[in-house]
Amino acid sequence: MIDVIRSEWIKMRSVRSTVWTLVGTVVLMLGFAALAGASNRSMAEGPVPGDAAVGGSLSGGLIAALTMAALGVLMISSEYRTEAIRVSLMAVPRRLTLLSAKIIVFTAVSLVVCLVASAGAIAVGLAIMQPPSVEAADVARSALGSALYLTACGLFGLGLGTLIRHTAGAIVSAIALMLVLPPLTTQLPGAWGATVSDYFTTNAGQLIVSNHANQSLGPWSGFAVYLAWVAVAMLAGAVLMRRRDA
Amino acid sequence: MAIMLGPMTAIRTTDLTKHYGKTTAVAGLSFDVEPGQVTGFLGPNGAGKSTTMRMILGLDHPSGGSALVDGTPYQELRHPLRKVGALLDAKAVHGGRSARNHLLAIAASNGIPAVRVEEVLEIVGLAAVARRRVGGFSLGMAQRLGIAAALLGDPEILIFDEPVNGLDPDGILWIRTLMRDLAAEGRTVFVSSHLMSEMAQTADHLIVIGKGRMIADTSVREFIGRSSQSYVRVRSPRLAEVAELVKVGELHADHLRVTGVSPLEIGTMTARAGLPLEELTYVKPSLEAAYMELTKDSLEYTS
Ligand SMILES: Nc1ncnc2c1ncn2[C@@H]1O[C@H](COP(=O)(O)OP(=O)(O)O)[C@@H](O)[C@H]1O
Ligand SMILES: [Mg+2]
Repeated sequence: MIDVIRSEWIKMRSVRSTVWTLVGTVVLMLGFAALAGASNRSMAEGPVPGDAAVGGSLSGGLIAALTMAALGVLMISSEYRTEAIRVSLMAVPRRLTLLSAKIIVFTAVSLVVCLVASAGAIAVGLAIMQPPSVEAADVARSALGSALYLTACGLFGLGLGTLIRHTAGAIVSAIALMLVLPPLTTQLPGAWGATVSDYFTTNAGQLIVSNHANQSLGPWSGFAVYLAWVAVAMLAGAVLMRRRDA
Repeated sequence: MAIMLGPMTAIRTTDLTKHYGKTTAVAGLSFDVEPGQVTGFLGPNGAGKSTTMRMILGLDHPSGGSALVDGTPYQELRHPLRKVGALLDAKAVHGGRSARNHLLAIAASNGIPAVRVEEVLEIVGLAAVARRRVGGFSLGMAQRLGIAAALLGDPEILIFDEPVNGLDPDGILWIRTLMRDLAAEGRTVFVSSHLMSEMAQTADHLIVIGKGRMIADTSVREFIGRSSQSYVRVRSPRLAEVAELVKVGELHADHLRVTGVSPLEIGTMTARAGLPLEELTYVKPSLEAAYMELTKDSLEYTS
């Protein structure tokens, strides 16, 4: 397994587009923090409160979630597109071992990069907004929550990529599931509709970033629900990957 | 108590079958591929060669039957690249990676040391371009990279799918020599082609298939001996009478095919009997013609 993980790590770092997408994610987070900081500051009557400043600093997360999902998709769909997946599977014929190694490498790289990006974004945001006081624990929790959330988004992409195998199809599905459908679910009627909305993908997942609760879920339980969505996509992908011809 | 088995056949398929929906790509193929020789896997386009190879390599699941490598299903090999090296499609690589990184990633997955990457780059003559991205490689270079990947684990068994397709004469000669050398070292070389001429120059043994079915499993020498047998073609407006007279002929719709009797003897006989001849030709078929004859019933598309 260690061998396969090393192999996947070499694959990931040896493609320029991967490296630039990660760098892009960091820049995006920092840039949005600066923009949000500047606009919050000019719009606010008085000083920006600490928790609002931290929250605003992470507003790049909306788009970073998509770049990480795209990266997750590409980690496997690019191999299907070029048929290089056959080369990979000849080297590692146990398909779930190959998929597990991809999951491990992606998770490790993503956690590190997204933690750096999120902490950096908070630092930039706070430097611009200059709130009167912030809790250090709040900052640490938000940075960690953001890194976990973005990584889960990437794994969602990896799962969908494994399931769908086509880059465009998987990315469109990711955008639909993560960005388009979640706000639409709030239109569902009745108490049942509201619950569905609370549990729906990023509606649940984002709670860990904002450290808020909705009617049904708290930050951590919300994240757990989001991970369950990711796991369903990943398991469906894994089952099909084993069963299908490569 | 351990049961002693003879040395395992390098590759063995038993009743191997593959359906894609309504298409039957491979229909009950059983054959063995032995070490120390080049085994040509011959058949027209669409015969099922690539599909068979993908099943041997654990990429496609058989609809029936089995394929074993050294007595084991490919999926159960622990470090498969140390036992089997294969090149299916040279262009199936991520174009954004350098040749060296491409090979390093493959090597790492099977615990093959990085120095071996430099070795195979030397062997295939790509050391100078090892840092270049493979997306910019010509087909010939991509082919060499694919062969480098196949050689990484110093495997006993090599599988190449149409390795000379689209190559220039230099490249063809290089691959041919390489395959001969690998077999001479005692390795198993299993190589597909749709060209008889190619196989006649490279292979020792032939497995010929058409429409997914076995047509011939024979040594090249035997195949050549059998198929390049000469005969005399006789045509006449009174063909039936000629056939009766010559006795040893094989009667076809519009001609008689005679083996073992010279044109002079046939001509003398028919002249004596007063039978008119339209044609009397000594025919020595080429290997290619023999192959075409053998596979003509199994061609998917006839022009
Ligand atoms: N993935 C696939 N899906 C559907 N049909 C396929 C697939 N792969 C091969 N075939 C069909 O199976 C037959 C054998 O193809 P192939 O193994 O590629 O032959 P060859 O390599 O001898 O040219 C062909 O009719 C081909 O169209
Ligand atoms: Mg083929």
